Amino acid sequence: MASVAFETVRKVFGKTTALKDVDLLVRDGEFMVLLGPSGCGKTTLLRCLAGLERIDGGTVRIGDREVSDLPPRDRNIAMVFQSYAVFPHMKVYDNIAFGLRMRKKSKAEIEKRVKEGAALLQLEPFLDRYPAQLSGGQRQRVAVARAVVTDAPVLLMDEPLSNLDALLRLHARAELKRLHTDVRRTTVYVTHDQIEALSMGDRIAVMKDGEIVQIDTPVVLYDRPASVFVGSFIGSPPMNFMKATAKNGTAVGDGWQVPGPPGMDGKPLLLGIRPENIRIGEGPFRGRVVVSEPLGSHTLLTVKVGEASLKVVAPADDVFKPDQTLQLAPEPHKIRWMDETTGRAVAAPH
Amino acid sequence: MTATSAPAKTAAPAKRASLTRRTVIDRVLLYGAAIFLAAWTLVPIYLIAVAAFSKSLSVYDFPKSFLPTQFSTETMSFFVNSSGVLGSVKNSIIVALGTIVLSLAIGAPAGYALARFRFPGRDMFHLAVLSSKMFPIAILSIPLAVAFIGLGLYDTLLGVVIIHSAMVLPFVVIVTSGVFYSVSRELEEAAMTLGTSRFGAFVRVALPLALPGLAAAAIFAFVSSWNEVFAATILTVRERTLPAHILAGLNQSPLYFKFAGGFFMIIPSLFFIFFMRKYLFNLWGPGR
Repeated sequence: MASVAFETVRKVFGKTTALKDVDLLVRDGEFMVLLGPSGCGKTTLLRCLAGLERIDGGTVRIGDREVSDLPPRDRNIAMVFQSYAVFPHMKVYDNIAFGLRMRKKSKAEIEKRVKEGAALLQLEPFLDRYPAQLSGGQRQRVAVARAVVTDAPVLLMDEPLSNLDALLRLHARAELKRLHTDVRRTTVYVTHDQIEALSMGDRIAVMKDGEIVQIDTPVVLYDRPASVFVGSFIGSPPMNFMKATAKNGTAVGDGWQVPGPPGMDGKPLLLGIRPENIRIGEGPFRGRVVVSEPLGSHTLLTVKVGEASLKVVAPADDVFKPDQTLQLAPEPHKIRWMDETTGRAVAAPH
Repeated sequence: MTATSAPAKTAAPAKRASLTRRTVIDRVLLYGAAIFLAAWTLVPIYLIAVAAFSKSLSVYDFPKSFLPTQFSTETMSFFVNSSGVLGSVKNSIIVALGTIVLSLAIGAPAGYALARFRFPGRDMFHLAVLSSKMFPIAILSIPLAVAFIGLGLYDTLLGVVIIHSAMVLPFVVIVTSGVFYSVSRELEEAAMTLGTSRFGAFVRVALPLALPGLAAAAIFAFVSSWNEVFAATILTVRERTLPAHILAGLNQSPLYFKFAGGFFMIIPSLFFIFFMRKYLFNLWGPGR
């Protein structure tokens, strides 16, 4: 129904440039997550799409229409806000019906659509209540229902789960994902929570300082981060990075060496490896256990290799003692080489 | 273990005792001051009420009895039926309602702008609104009277409405900006994404939510205008408001007339404070 395109979109607040010529294409029906630390411009980008911020350069398109200068109501979008922004002076029914009434739908249609929306989000018992009588999770569902019942082909969500407690968030996350499969609207979803991004997004756009630094599917983003920033922002615990220098096709680190990337001779490198891609036993790294944290499903080890601290995921039933010496082997095909000076990934040969 | 814990054990109750003593003194001072201040305003109001509802001539009794000995509406009905009183009450009501309309029509949009938009000179504007309170009406009254004569507004109710509105505007602007500030901006933005215009979002979302605060501002405007005597006296001759009328006859009228008039004037203010006290506390500082 509608794709979304940002073309060299620029936004300036006073002296700070919040968006630096951002290009992004969201395909029709796609669930696109904008992920980044606070202040990276992800919410600003969303608000520019909604028409709540005026852009200072570039164009925004929804479908084949340019909407850069249109007010929010003419953009055919619906938005869920971080605070939910449920109208406190209206009952749940009137909240959900608001957008339909503004678009002058017939009374019968409004009633039908509100009922459908309420059913979709399990709000039927609450239609007669005021928002103050609802829990946070219910209010969040009202906000989603209100957005979904309008036929807007593009749904915008600004950290809709961040005000829920941990357990409820888990539940709501799954619900939103189910909803997306049901309604198949183009969705742009802003979050700073990488787990949320990985679990929900068809694709993720990682932002930093007003720029998109990598756009890809969750799997690719996780396995092959384009920079040190992406590698350490995504994944919990983040990717390990160890200093090394390239020499004749090998990378030499602090007391270890492994086959390195070609064509980087003499340059400072970082070896990036996820904690779960390090095997214990026979390997190039030799280290000392500093902390062992049993987490039920696995044990998280902090191992000192030379000057570097490595996080290692170990099987739950193995027992480790502090100061125990271990040998560690990074899985060769999972190693991600970064250029230390630029912080960017070294072009992989494969 | 015992060596270190023993002094701590004895020290703790001593400390607690001294704390309690201090809190007791604090309480006594606090409540004493509160009772004194309350009595300062309540006793005269009470005495006025007693006099207003006693027989006319009992005002001259001495020593005063603290309880109304002979309850009677004679004094009040004398006051209400005196010549000019009903007319001036009507004038007062018209002026007060006019003041509400005019001051909210100008002040509420200004308050909204202050709450919602960052514009150059915003802080200066805020200050300017308050600083208009620096000039006492007494200084402005003569030039105003001259200007009003020139404009044909002298001795008209419209003239009094205008001057009263000017007097309450700073308060209305500050209060309404606080009220609109407390209505989340995201609510209006949500309305806009759901299909309203900027103005539609204001009318459908911000306005209904701001209504209690706007009502408080309106009542304040009403009471201020109702009680205002100086400007009303200077700017009118025949079209007197109630306080101006009472003031004009103050020297000739009997004492019980003054008591009845005084009581009549107090009532709206009492209602205002009574209904709005919770709201005003929230407005002017965190309530405890």
